[in-house]
Amino acid sequence: MIRIAFSIALLAASSLAWPAGGGEDLEQAGSNVHNLASVQRGAAMFMNYCHSCHSAQYMRYQRLARDLDLTEEQVNEYLVLGNREITDYMIAAMPEDAEQWFGKKPPDLTLTSRSRGEDWIYSFLKGFYLTEDGWNNTVLANASMPNVLWELQGIQRPVMETYTDESGEEHSRIAELEIDQEGLMTPAEYDQALRDLVAFMTYLGEPAVLKRESMGIWVLLFLVVFTFLSWLLYKEYWRDVKK
Amino acid sequence: MAKPASNISRQLSNVGAWIDERIPVSSFWKAHISEYYAPKNFNFFYFFGSLAMLVLAIQILTGIFLTMHYKPDAAEAFASVEYIMRDVEWGWLIRYMHSTGASFFFIVVYLHMFRGLMYGSYKSPRELVWVLGVLIYLVLMAEAFMGYVLPWGQMSYWGAQVIISLFGAIPVVGDALVEWIRGDFFVSDATLNRFFALHVIAVPLALLALVVLHLAALHEVGSNNPDGIEVKKNKDSQGRPLDAIPFHPYYTVKDIFGVGVFLTLFAFVIFYAPEFGGLFLEPDNFNPADPLVTPPHIVPVWYFTPYYAILRAVPDKLAGVILMGMAIMVLFILPWLDRSKVKSIRYKGLGSKILLAVFAITFIRLGMLGMGEGTHAQTIESRIWTFAYFAFFILMPFVTKYEKTRPEPERVTK
Repeated sequence: MIRIAFSIALLAASSLAWPAGGGEDLEQAGSNVHNLASVQRGAAMFMNYCHSCHSAQYMRYQRLARDLDLTEEQVNEYLVLGNREITDYMIAAMPEDAEQWFGKKPPDLTLTSRSRGEDWIYSFLKGFYLTEDGWNNTVLANASMPNVLWELQGIQRPVMETYTDESGEEHSRIAELEIDQEGLMTPAEYDQALRDLVAFMTYLGEPAVLKRESMGIWVLLFLVVFTFLSWLLYKEYWRDVKK
Repeated sequence: MAKPASNISRQLSNVGAWIDERIPVSSFWKAHISEYYAPKNFNFFYFFGSLAMLVLAIQILTGIFLTMHYKPDAAEAFASVEYIMRDVEWGWLIRYMHSTGASFFFIVVYLHMFRGLMYGSYKSPRELVWVLGVLIYLVLMAEAFMGYVLPWGQMSYWGAQVIISLFGAIPVVGDALVEWIRGDFFVSDATLNRFFALHVIAVPLALLALVVLHLAALHEVGSNNPDGIEVKKNKDSQGRPLDAIPFHPYYTVKDIFGVGVFLTLFAFVIFYAPEFGGLFLEPDNFNPADPLVTPPHIVPVWYFTPYYAILRAVPDKLAGVILMGMAIMVLFILPWLDRSKVKSIRYKGLGSKILLAVFAITFIRLGMLGMGEGTHAQTIESRIWTFAYFAFFILMPFVTKYEKTRPEPERVTK
């Protein structure tokens, strides 16, 4: 009786609409942090295109060797910024006056995958378009950052459309982005490159994710066996109570 | 062969006797474990008391290790947590156990409290068990709130800002009080330092003391059970209650099984969903605290959201704070609001059953609304549920007094 009432109560409560916001329309990144090759490619891309301006100040280069199955020589040669040591934290090469260039210090990217989410990064990096006023972005309007990947992606231009809002006023908005000038990559190749980058940034946000998810299954298996044995023990002891 | 062994065991029992003459170890063990008689009809809902103790132990142990690496300094706190997550061996595991443990503590405690509501465990002679339990809940909320500030992320900072400023609604002394709590004119290093001190030593000591009192009171009067009848009424010729069994070994083995199920779920979250979709670790808390940037959407962690919804339901700040305070304080007088002849919901009338079911839905729904952005529609809905929340307590004396109850059985049912 109670159990039924309780489950009905839970059901009733959960069938009510969830009040939290629906979130923006983001494209699914679909990247996989457990795909080592993808994370490695993402690491190279991060170092080449992001790291000159953006730090990852909570992460040491050295850790990349251990987690990404690279030797310290490889990390030193391909990933560590020119004047840094492998034991250093990943601090950008950006000079001190960077803030004056962009009006804002490029944010640290160590935890962006956790604070913004994978899909946000993916959509943001796909969302750049060029207008007469310079670069803009569909995900983060008026972002200070230019499209540093334009060589790869090409240059996108917005296609506008007009719509009428509830009060009958007409507004214009971006319907879609179209490639105006082709880049070095096809759109499919570019999407894959971003997936690699996002996979690396997921790793960067939580390096423990690799170990966590691979060892978790063994912990769970142990606990299931333990629980089963303790259930047998419980049944055995309680035989004389149930009589 | 037998001789040396018996010699050793004789020696050991001599040591035992020597100790027992000086400190009552074995009589304590008997009174509270091996000869503490507990009703034999405990069901699923009776796992959560021992599980709450388990989570408390996990929190204290993991907390000790976290303090070894954490830096309670506004300039270093955030980075030190990331240091724990990256550079400390197994630091990520310890930290996730602690952060997941906080949420599981509340899940377990809410189910434990719901059990009390269902079976009338707060009714005479267990009023003080309940009152001490509510005190534990209150202290636990303070502990969780201050712990959440320590990682010094955006939600830590702004959550602290919002909650502390609630005290500012108190007339006359409000502003001075807020300043006194923060130790500064805004949430700052001073606030972080004192919250660290309170979180790691002051509040846990109070919590442990209250848990001891909660158990002492429970063991004095004996446990209630799903039938809500007193098992001490029916005893055999040797004075042992017929419907009860020694806590050890029967409930120790049963609770170990409960621990197994609990740890399996706990480990699943730790290893595969430590953020729990942003409920256990909020996304914005991965941004370091920034006094100059107010997050667009400040909400407390899920376990506080029912009360947050009540707070936001009231347009006036002071009235909201008072109502929110009352929502918690009213729990203290619950034992005296229930006028029923029977304890358990099994034998109470339809009125009580409806009240309890609606109350459970209300609490969950308020929790969901408290996570929302606080739109107009949500505020209106919160008011309806806030009304329902208090209606539970206001109607209880009348419903329980006048409704028709079923007769309680003489002996516990299966």
